[in-house]
Amino acid sequence: MSELCAVVGVGQTQHSAKRDDVSIPGLVREAALRALDDAGMTFADIDAVVLGKAPDMFEGVMMPELYLADALGASGKPMLRVHTAGSVGGSTALVAASLIQAGVHGRVLCVAFEKQSESNATWAVTPSMPFQPPVVAGAGGYFTPHIRAYMKRSGAPPDVGIKVALKDRLNAIRNPYAHLHMPDITYEMIEESAMLWEPIRFHETCPSSDGACAMVLTSESIADATSKPPAWVWSTAMRSEPTMFSGRDQVNPQAGRDCAADVYEQAGITNPREEIDVAEVYVPFSWFEPMWMENLGFAPLGEGWKMTVEGATAFDGDLPINPSGGVLSSNPIGASGMLRFAEAALQVRGQAGEHQVPGAKKALGHAYGGGSQFFAMWIVGSDKPEGR
Amino acid sequence: MTERIVGIKTPIKLEYTYTPGLASSRYLNGVARGKLIGQRCPECSKVYVPARGCCPACGVTLGEEVEVAQSGTITTFCVVNLPFYQAIKPPYVCASILLDGADMALFHLIQEVPAEEVRMGMRVEAVWVEPGELGPTMESIRYFRPTGEPDADYDSYKEHL
Repeated sequence: MSELCAVVGVGQTQHSAKRDDVSIPGLVREAALRALDDAGMTFADIDAVVLGKAPDMFEGVMMPELYLADALGASGKPMLRVHTAGSVGGSTALVAASLIQAGVHGRVLCVAFEKQSESNATWAVTPSMPFQPPVVAGAGGYFTPHIRAYMKRSGAPPDVGIKVALKDRLNAIRNPYAHLHMPDITYEMIEESAMLWEPIRFHETCPSSDGACAMVLTSESIADATSKPPAWVWSTAMRSEPTMFSGRDQVNPQAGRDCAADVYEQAGITNPREEIDVAEVYVPFSWFEPMWMENLGFAPLGEGWKMTVEGATAFDGDLPINPSGGVLSSNPIGASGMLRFAEAALQVRGQAGEHQVPGAKKALGHAYGGGSQFFAMWIVGSDKPEGR
Repeated sequence: MTERIVGIKTPIKLEYTYTPGLASSRYLNGVARGKLIGQRCPECSKVYVPARGCCPACGVTLGEEVEVAQSGTITTFCVVNLPFYQAIKPPYVCASILLDGADMALFHLIQEVPAEEVRMGMRVEAVWVEPGELGPTMESIRYFRPTGEPDADYDSYKEHL
């Protein structure tokens, strides 16, 4: 890559179940204006806009990039739409970064959103198809059999998911933008909540949120001149694999392992558990924390759950996972991946406020989507990549 | 000041005409005759049910048509308690079922057994609609039910999780 890329502005909306105070254009503009303000820029400074959201079927608004162009100040500029299901927020950031790294543009605004109150994601992912029986029931119905498979394979204690959910909801209290603020949450409250998709309980699932996230990415010379510390992009990687093929490992997908190996290698990381200070990982159902700890190479195969149980992933652990509260505390689907990337950037910029991990210098942002088949990751640092 | 409008309903209806193509037509025609038809990959030898145009792993056109058994093994499953838009009233069990002779599990409903007794490795068989009601749709299989055989060994299906 010829050009260095940096995050110089981050903005996100207040995430909640129903943002009926704003339209979809108003929602994305709220995040975009906050990112521009953080960067000390206006729409006039931006060269190109990259927009991401989950399937159009969710809100029923086809090609929203067309009607959001004016709200995002894209008139007369290149405007791109990215779509990789739930990972889209991450891959949107990576497409924007590639425009900087390739030297095409100097300042790119990337934005991702979902307005779940105007949509019905569970309906949209519960299709009736002539070649499949009509038994699928939302994302939980798809993912919980793989969680059951992980539990069997790893022999993990049955309450690991409860511990993940408790940790992420307690972290969210430190994040003023989080959808769920549950200061009174307890282990028992999660344990006693309804089994929606056994073995997953209500409080072990993500909420349904309205929200948007935006970032301003720039080239090196522009980032050097900004007043706030930038987050330098050390490495980026994306991978995909088919939804189904014989022998596919849906607990520990090859695409995720390959994506992680690539993003570490580019950043010169040989021991991710030691060298990464904090990670924002896409965990929509509690048990995906231990599953992704293994897929990301933070834990040996079958031992990801030990990181949760031993407190390694806690806010004060040796590798805090989702100090923002994560997807379990805010899930504006299309934006959820970008929030992981943006929160990683905030951590290494020292701008994460009350959920700042002290001294974080290198952070991983992670997103996945579809049937665990699209992966997007980046590593950002407070320093420029070595040798630059 | 005029009242702020916070939402208006604009219903959109979508009807989709699906073109199954050659491979899915084979499968759907099989289902209409009470048979489960797959195809074998000429490269990796895996049998895919439903039959499909190409092997998702090798990318080559699938060849030989294979009829697989109507019984198989539950590899993993989920108990759905969430009432929603699905056609079946919760609670119900949906499971990945590896049919004997197939190399990829399909997803279907498990009935005639209490949800808490369903387990990984359980042997199940297809229960079809009445012969006069068979048609080119997966709803021709009403559900799967336990066969009463001993559970399959974990090693026999662990590669399919």
